[in-house]
Amino acid sequence: MEYVLIIIGSIFVNNIVLAQFFGICPFLGVSNRVETSLGMGAAVTFVMALAAVAAYLIQYYVLVPLHIEYMQTIVFILVIAMLVQMVELVLKKVSPPLYQALGIFLPLITTNCAVLGVALLLVQKELELLQSVVYSTATAIGFALALTIFAGIRESLELEDVPPAMRGLPIAIITAGILAMAFMGFSGLV
Amino acid sequence: MNNNLRLFTRGIIKENPTFVLLLGMCPTLGTTTSAVTGMGMGLATLFVLTLSNMVISLVKRQIPDKVRIPAYIVIIASFVTVVQLCMEAYVPSLYKALGVFLPLIVVNCIILGRAEAFASKNGVGASALDGLGIGVGFTLSLTLLGLVREVLGAGSAFGVQIFPGGGILIFVLAPGAFFALGYLLALFNKFTAKIR
Repeated sequence: MEYVLIIIGSIFVNNIVLAQFFGICPFLGVSNRVETSLGMGAAVTFVMALAAVAAYLIQYYVLVPLHIEYMQTIVFILVIAMLVQMVELVLKKVSPPLYQALGIFLPLITTNCAVLGVALLLVQKELELLQSVVYSTATAIGFALALTIFAGIRESLELEDVPPAMRGLPIAIITAGILAMAFMGFSGLV
Repeated sequence: MNNNLRLFTRGIIKENPTFVLLLGMCPTLGTTTSAVTGMGMGLATLFVLTLSNMVISLVKRQIPDKVRIPAYIVIIASFVTVVQLCMEAYVPSLYKALGVFLPLIVVNCIILGRAEAFASKNGVGASALDGLGIGVGFTLSLTLLGLVREVLGAGSAFGVQIFPGGGILIFVLAPGAFFALGYLLALFNKFTAKIR
């Protein structure tokens, strides 16, 4: 039950993009087409789950025993950068088709604040290992969901007649606002 | 001198990171619930950006080309940690309000972008001016957005109540961030289109 609450809470109620504002850059950048946003969503889910495990292990088996918690920011970002590189190398060798599908998104993820944000949040929330994995996976699914819905809206928005000053990003951002309002309907669910 | 002035002012209007380049959107939306938090975030970014720009331009010859991005990230992360510790000690309320967005300055694409595009090719003085200019531009945009949201959402400006009875609550909540930014961007487009 506890895990169900975490899953619903992080996909719908506290959606990472629309309620917490992490990962806005890929949200606005790669959400032009539904296919690419699905690819990005899959890549983020994969890396985020791995990063959560890494962050948990580092926090409680390295930083806390050594009393160097203030190094958290530096260590986490380096580990995430390394992890992304490693995932890229492993995927290239083990599964070339998957690499073809996710490859271009992987370098982008290093500077995706959603991954570092989730790593920092799960330490802040003092989650246990299994909870951290569930939390980060659900959060990433929330990211993919928001990205895909937004891409679908933007695809049809392209055909609309928009006032010149609003064309492009302004109307996209306002659309995201309306989407965020829709997601606010979930608040109070958990 | 004229050239230096141009370096500094470029980041404020012509290459404004928020309204023209559209970089660093996460802190822009996440920390602008009030003018003060927006300004705090802007100043923290200004500090990190200027110092990391200076240090990167100082050590650019020592860093091998292949590992330059991780090296830049370590430099940036060090300054972010400095800001985090100082803020926790001297302005704990702001530290709490900014929350996890403070360490997230590390992954702000403005900072790494300036390191890669400017500081790694120019001298210390020019890099410092560039960092200051972009930082001031970012701070101004965040303060403006925070002010708009605070006035509309809570009826106050910089914590001082202007309209008794509050405002339209939605502007302080998540959707309001998108609305305020979207309409400000459209306004910015409208005016710059007229000038051109």
